[in-house]
Amino acid sequence: MAMTSTELRSRSWWRSNQQWLTPWLFLTPGLIMFALYVVWPIFESFRISFYNWDGLGEKRWLGWGNYVELFGDRAFKTSLRNNVIWLLLYMLAVPIGLGLAIFLNQTVRGIRIYKSLFFFPFVISQVVVGLMFSWFYAPNFGLLYNLIEWVTGKGIAILADPTLATYGIIAAGLWPQIAYCMILYLTGLNNVAPDQIEAARLDGAKGLKMLWFVILPQLRPATFIAVVVTVIGALRSFDLVSIMTNGGPFGSSRVLSYYMYEQALSEYGYRMGYGAAIAVVLFLIMMVFISGFIWKMMRDERGDR
Amino acid sequence: MFPRPIATRGPGARALYQIALPVALIIWLFPLLGVALTSVRPASDLAAGNYFGMPSSIAFSNYVDVFQNSPIGRYILNSFKVTIPTVIGTLVLSCMTGFALGVYRFRGNILIFFLFVAGNFVPFQILMIPVRDITVQMGLYNSTAGLALFHIAFQTGFCTLFMRNFIGALPRELIEAARVEGVAEWRIFWFIVLPLMRPAIAALSVLVFTFIWNDFFWATVLTTSASTQPVTAGLSSLNGQWIAAWHLVSAGSIIAALPPVAMFFLMQKHFIAGLTMGAVK
Repeated sequence: MAMTSTELRSRSWWRSNQQWLTPWLFLTPGLIMFALYVVWPIFESFRISFYNWDGLGEKRWLGWGNYVELFGDRAFKTSLRNNVIWLLLYMLAVPIGLGLAIFLNQTVRGIRIYKSLFFFPFVISQVVVGLMFSWFYAPNFGLLYNLIEWVTGKGIAILADPTLATYGIIAAGLWPQIAYCMILYLTGLNNVAPDQIEAARLDGAKGLKMLWFVILPQLRPATFIAVVVTVIGALRSFDLVSIMTNGGPFGSSRVLSYYMYEQALSEYGYRMGYGAAIAVVLFLIMMVFISGFIWKMMRDERGDR
Repeated sequence: MFPRPIATRGPGARALYQIALPVALIIWLFPLLGVALTSVRPASDLAAGNYFGMPSSIAFSNYVDVFQNSPIGRYILNSFKVTIPTVIGTLVLSCMTGFALGVYRFRGNILIFFLFVAGNFVPFQILMIPVRDITVQMGLYNSTAGLALFHIAFQTGFCTLFMRNFIGALPRELIEAARVEGVAEWRIFWFIVLPLMRPAIAALSVLVFTFIWNDFFWATVLTTSASTQPVTAGLSSLNGQWIAAWHLVSAGSIIAALPPVAMFFLMQKHFIAGLTMGAVK
């Protein structure tokens, strides 16, 4: 095929430059989408948090106004406190998941089916999980309500009780989260070096000692991921609160993610600036953890290469 | 193996284990079993106070009712209209970004990689207001397309992490050899790397399918009407309408849960491989 000289020139230009150009060409579409929908919105939310804005009209500059208001806002304090409770109790998913994994790490007949069925709650939407637990807790006919009534003589409507509602929701959230941690540990246990276990057995190690000194160190990568996904899960809790209580009763089960949504988008009014300020606080809390995770991952990355 | 295989223990321990397994499973899945049973319980049972006993008859009519008297069919369709394009879009983008970050060494590689990783961990609320604005300005507010576009962008972060690590673990000699032969870079991607990525693509499609199908937050933020809402958001509004009609709520929940559950059981190996990536070194 005959080629003009410009074609030839552009070909050879491409040939000598494709090595460094190709990665950028491959990255561009993904980076544009990610920058537009994830990176830029973070900065924009920071900016909006300094304004008073209903989402439609003019933005009015407030400076630190929204943040000052947060300080005196009791609903904000309740949400923040609940977030701390979520974080602490959600961590239970890690040891319980490990326990379940150890329980299931056997080779009897049908064990694979058992493992899948134990993992089941994680596959279901949190909306469905929330509905299931609402039914479980429901006053008068809920199973748990009746169980408590049978034991103590008086039923408790957990989701209608301001002091208990948050704990009821967290229990529902733990259900899929435990399943997730379990599957991480099952995979981890599968890959524990058998010769080390045998060696430790010969040295007389067993039970908890074996678990603590031989198994857990080898499960460290699984533990790291379990902690990461559990922290993120705890701080992202929105679906269950929204489905099970709508933040009630009397706002007692709100968390920051739900309170933010309520302020910015629900019938309580479109206070975008105030909502953004709540989101910024939540983001900063998450940043503490994110930077820890990233720091560790970067260190591992350097160790690898 | 840890713990010690039960087969090496006495018959007593073995029998105990065989009993403990199903008992533990039933306790574990109690809420699910209760809801499944309620979903086939006739409304008359609930009215008569029969909440726990065996249903007086199996009422599959609850399911028919849900389909006939609520837009759940439409919700399910919407969920597919969001989920399938998201899976395709995310995989296309992340195969490319993963290739770029996993194969080439260039300045900023690590920085871009950790940008994608960090983006994954961000709380949704910090994105909510601007993303809603962008979607409104593009005229895609309250549409499945608007929802899918956001999901594609966000999931690309997680999938890039996955793909890049997967490609990084492929033998480098393959690529080097092709380069020596003078194969163009895009051909290396298309003919050498992409065919090897099949397991990663399978794992990510099931995972992204499940994540997106189960998403509730963005569905409530970006869609508002029955003609566009996916099934999670739809179920939530139906729950508001069906106060105390637990047989319908249960049937609706089961319907909404079925597609990801089916996906999980069909593609279990890939699903777990995707989810536990990084859990072993």
